[in-house]
Amino acid sequence: MSRRYDSRTTIFSPEGRLYQVEYAQEAISLAGTAIGILSTEGVVLACEKKVTSKLLDNDGSAEKLYAINNNMICAVAGMTADASILVNNARVNAQQYLKTYNEEIPCEILIKRVCDIKQGYTQHGGLRPFGVSFLYAGYDDRYQFQLFSSNPSGNYSGWRATSIGANNSAAQTLLKKDYRDDFTLKEACELAIKILSKTMDSSNLNSEKLEFATLSLSKVNEGKVIHKIWSDKEIDLLIKDSGVLDDKREDDD
Amino acid sequence: MDIILGIRVADGTIIATSKAATRGISVLKDTDDKTRPLNARNLIAYTGESGDTVQFAEYIQANVQLYSMRENDIELSPKATASFVRNQLASSLRSRKPYQVNVLIGGYDVKTDTPSLNWIDYLGTQVELPYGAHGYAAFYATSLLDKHYRKDMKVDDGLALLKLCLKELETRMPIDFKGVYVKVVNKDGIKEIEGY
Repeated sequence: MSRRYDSRTTIFSPEGRLYQVEYAQEAISLAGTAIGILSTEGVVLACEKKVTSKLLDNDGSAEKLYAINNNMICAVAGMTADASILVNNARVNAQQYLKTYNEEIPCEILIKRVCDIKQGYTQHGGLRPFGVSFLYAGYDDRYQFQLFSSNPSGNYSGWRATSIGANNSAAQTLLKKDYRDDFTLKEACELAIKILSKTMDSSNLNSEKLEFATLSLSKVNEGKVIHKIWSDKEIDLLIKDSGVLDDKREDDD
Repeated sequence: MDIILGIRVADGTIIATSKAATRGISVLKDTDDKTRPLNARNLIAYTGESGDTVQFAEYIQANVQLYSMRENDIELSPKATASFVRNQLASSLRSRKPYQVNVLIGGYDVKTDTPSLNWIDYLGTQVELPYGAHGYAAFYATSLLDKHYRKDMKVDDGLALLKLCLKELETRMPIDFKGVYVKVVNKDGIKEIEGY
């Protein structure tokens, strides 16, 4: 029955649903998990890399984490190709705002603009929606550190901690259990590792399967935001520090 | 020969604009207000080609207010407003018929608790100044302001200094500019000062 309403994104089914949009969201729930956690000192974004191959010539750059401007980074779940279009758009928008107002774009304005593009593809054209969800980590002087998620329908929402992609409901349950709002950035990072170690189905966790980024304030330069996309070495060190591997070994025993 | 003058003091910014609207050799009106409030704490004062001036100021006013409507009543800061105006004038300059408008923007930033005065001309020059003026008024007033301006002045001291400038302008300007409207932008908003 539903097939009659599948082919076009712009047509409601008799039950009042847009199947293509729902399918796009479904595609994302198969993609690698991404977790975002807000702390008192900053925001952490952590992603699971799905495709890893020995033959892949990796230059060390992140695949699913992007810097948007000086104050924002984002993590992607879904089709990376679609994401790069939207990330490019976000970067252009951020620079355009900076050019006209001589101030960094407030996070929510930028997210709203990207979401408006996403929404457009659920309503007109005979085109498919963007198959990506984002986690945005940002800082602005209106609301300080912020964490947002967005999905293919063009909705976005603000969070203290959330996850998108595969096993996101399991990750969210764990976040709900373990999140505290007085986290330091380090504690938030360790929680992210801990949750990823549980939601990912591989047995040994290492930097090959993870991407990590943090957003924090500079201690030297007041008001300056630092975003860091972590190197493999730093990720391995964090995994070791967090002790998730030890827990695993104990479980095995 | 419109007069627009601005003085930034420690707790606010004072803007004075002449009341005369002239065309050729005639004074058409002696109650012309050459300012527009942009939002609660941003005031634009303008001179230049008549017609262009009001059109441009109201266009800016509409855009600044649109921003607040879209962004949940968050207001554009004085610095962002000035940059936006500069940007508009700079793109206008490179169009077929540029706006010939010079402006002063008096503003008060509630986030940093600082008053500001931005001087912008039709070429897109934008500077943040302690005091400034456009047109002929600048020739007569700047020397006085150079001599008497102090950083720690309050609004009342600023108004006294403004009186000094106006006296000089009345003495030296070749035509009567019919007095001025004086407005102060501070943390409470924009307020007109009577008796000028």
